[in-house]
Amino acid sequence: MALMLFTRLARLVATLFAVTLITFSMVSLLPGDPVDAILGQTERTPEIEEELRTELKLDEPFVQRYLNWLGDAVQGDLGESYINRGQTVTGEIKNRIPVTGQLALMAIMMAVAVAVPVGILGAYRQGKWQDTTTSAAAQVALSVPNFITGIFLIYVFSVRLGWLPASNWNRITDKGLVENLKTAIMPATALALTQMAIFSRLVRSDMIGTLQQDFILAARAKGLSNRFILFRHALRPSSLSLATIIGINFGALLGGTVVIETLFAVPGLGFRLINAINSRDILMIQGITVFVAAAYVIINALVDILYTFIDPRIRKS
Amino acid sequence: MSDDFELPPTESAVGGRIATGVVHGEAPDTAASRSIESMTAGSTPPGKPKRASLRQVFRSMPILVKFAAIWLVGVVGLAIYAKLDTSVFNGSLPLQDPNLQLNNFNAATGEFGTGEPIEGPSASNWLGTDALARDTFARIAHGAWVSLTVAIVSVLFGIVVGGFLGTLVGFVRGRTETMIMSVIDVILAFPALVLLLALVAIFEVRDLLVISGVIGFLSIPAYTRVARANSLAISNREFVLAARSIGTKQRKILFREIFPNVLPTLVAYAMVASAFVIVVEGALSFLGLSVQLPTSTWGNMINQSRRDIKIDVWQVIWPSLALTLTVLSLNQVGDFFQKRNAIRASSL
Repeated sequence: MALMLFTRLARLVATLFAVTLITFSMVSLLPGDPVDAILGQTERTPEIEEELRTELKLDEPFVQRYLNWLGDAVQGDLGESYINRGQTVTGEIKNRIPVTGQLALMAIMMAVAVAVPVGILGAYRQGKWQDTTTSAAAQVALSVPNFITGIFLIYVFSVRLGWLPASNWNRITDKGLVENLKTAIMPATALALTQMAIFSRLVRSDMIGTLQQDFILAARAKGLSNRFILFRHALRPSSLSLATIIGINFGALLGGTVVIETLFAVPGLGFRLINAINSRDILMIQGITVFVAAAYVIINALVDILYTFIDPRIRKS
Repeated sequence: MSDDFELPPTESAVGGRIATGVVHGEAPDTAASRSIESMTAGSTPPGKPKRASLRQVFRSMPILVKFAAIWLVGVVGLAIYAKLDTSVFNGSLPLQDPNLQLNNFNAATGEFGTGEPIEGPSASNWLGTDALARDTFARIAHGAWVSLTVAIVSVLFGIVVGGFLGTLVGFVRGRTETMIMSVIDVILAFPALVLLLALVAIFEVRDLLVISGVIGFLSIPAYTRVARANSLAISNREFVLAARSIGTKQRKILFREIFPNVLPTLVAYAMVASAFVIVVEGALSFLGLSVQLPTSTWGNMINQSRRDIKIDVWQVIWPSLALTLTVLSLNQVGDFFQKRNAIRASSL
């Protein structure tokens, strides 16, 4: 157990190392003088150029620069924007992570809340109309890109019905929960739809396998109610694979927030990334990318470790 | 390590095998067909059954999958037609110019064009016109070419590089496998879209082939994993053991026994993966980070027309429908071949 934990952690550190190295070298591999690329079209003075040169320590060899940058990054210093002077990358991330976090969390919760009952229904009524319709719906939901879902949500609920604002964001701390949810519900739904389809298909196929097991037969023979069997006996093994797929899909979800936040003008991390891209704010792009990638790697590792804690069979082998 | 091997003629093989879904080594589950001759490389036994023809495969599809296949053929045809129109025939084929603003002043005739922006469907503009009075049908046709390019390039990268690497490491195992798979895992550790955004943004990529190349490169790891898993399973099968025991060379086993049996799975996976990369390119276009305007893509058409959604929702619906139906069709056909392969593999 301890050994397993150790190897997992070692692998996590190695992956983080590689991920940061790749992100860092992207900027270093830019053709020409990095200073030119980073300052871009903004007004520049020799002093600013000099400041940037010392900040990036461009006269030092690559490995040295990487280690310096990594050391700063670990301490929460990812540099600052040279396009929007005075903005630090870490400050921007701190400011925006609650928004993106809320969207991602809402999307996952909505997806699980719908997918689990739908998946169970599909497995329980395998081959019947309840199964075929939900499976077909999942197939379609899986094929609609989230930005298309988002646009048509806007069309129906903002343009036609006028119930919800088409864009913008109200923070819970400013306007309270209700106003916040009014702005959050559409982007979260757009993000959730694909995940819903993936999760429900997983739960369904997993449950079909579980329902054929002997312990289900035993539970039936004991005369337990269907609902009890489905939710207490059969769902439990499936929740493990569900946890894994949530972790794996978290990356796709983070990618999705970039598109959805841009569509709904939600001031999250993804929208900031697109702003940084449009203003060619290279250090901001680098900082956000490395943060998102590291978050994704860490979350996946945590799910992996959690998995071994939940499932005794894995712990033993 | 991989230098020891020549790349297999995947490109032509894929073309032939997408269509049939049948590969070397397929035989009915009879004792006779399991004789060593039929399993060793090169020797095709006289009693080997014919490959299923394209028509037979099509006939065996459920009705919805048939529609999906027809849709895909239509989209590919339209894309090639549109590309031929601009690159070979200089716009002389019957298809509107996708970038011509139909209400513009025409110097040749000395008159303004008769088209209007955001019009409904008409005989000359089948799907109406967009906000700049350009023909929507022509723009969708040319957008199809972009999606097709992205899909084909990524499939080529995926099968040639990823498929080969995965098959190789699943067969030879050992240190090569550990090394290659840890590199693959690191690339997979990135959220794909975020990495793609960073790459495209930092290097300011705007060229269709380069964008396709970046997307293609990023799709290698997934193919590698699929190929490896299958290669592992197939390497343990009796016919591989048989080939080994009569002293067949490693390379020959890899290319004549393992790879042909991994390929159908890869091709089925390629359809599902293409659906994914088409959506990724769509998202990139939607964000304005794909090919340079005015080149039309389904993603940038959606992004441009959504601004006028209050005036005419149909201009958003057309490209959305094209994108969604294509993705749905690829998923359906891919699923169909995956199931087919599963049945095939169990009888191998």
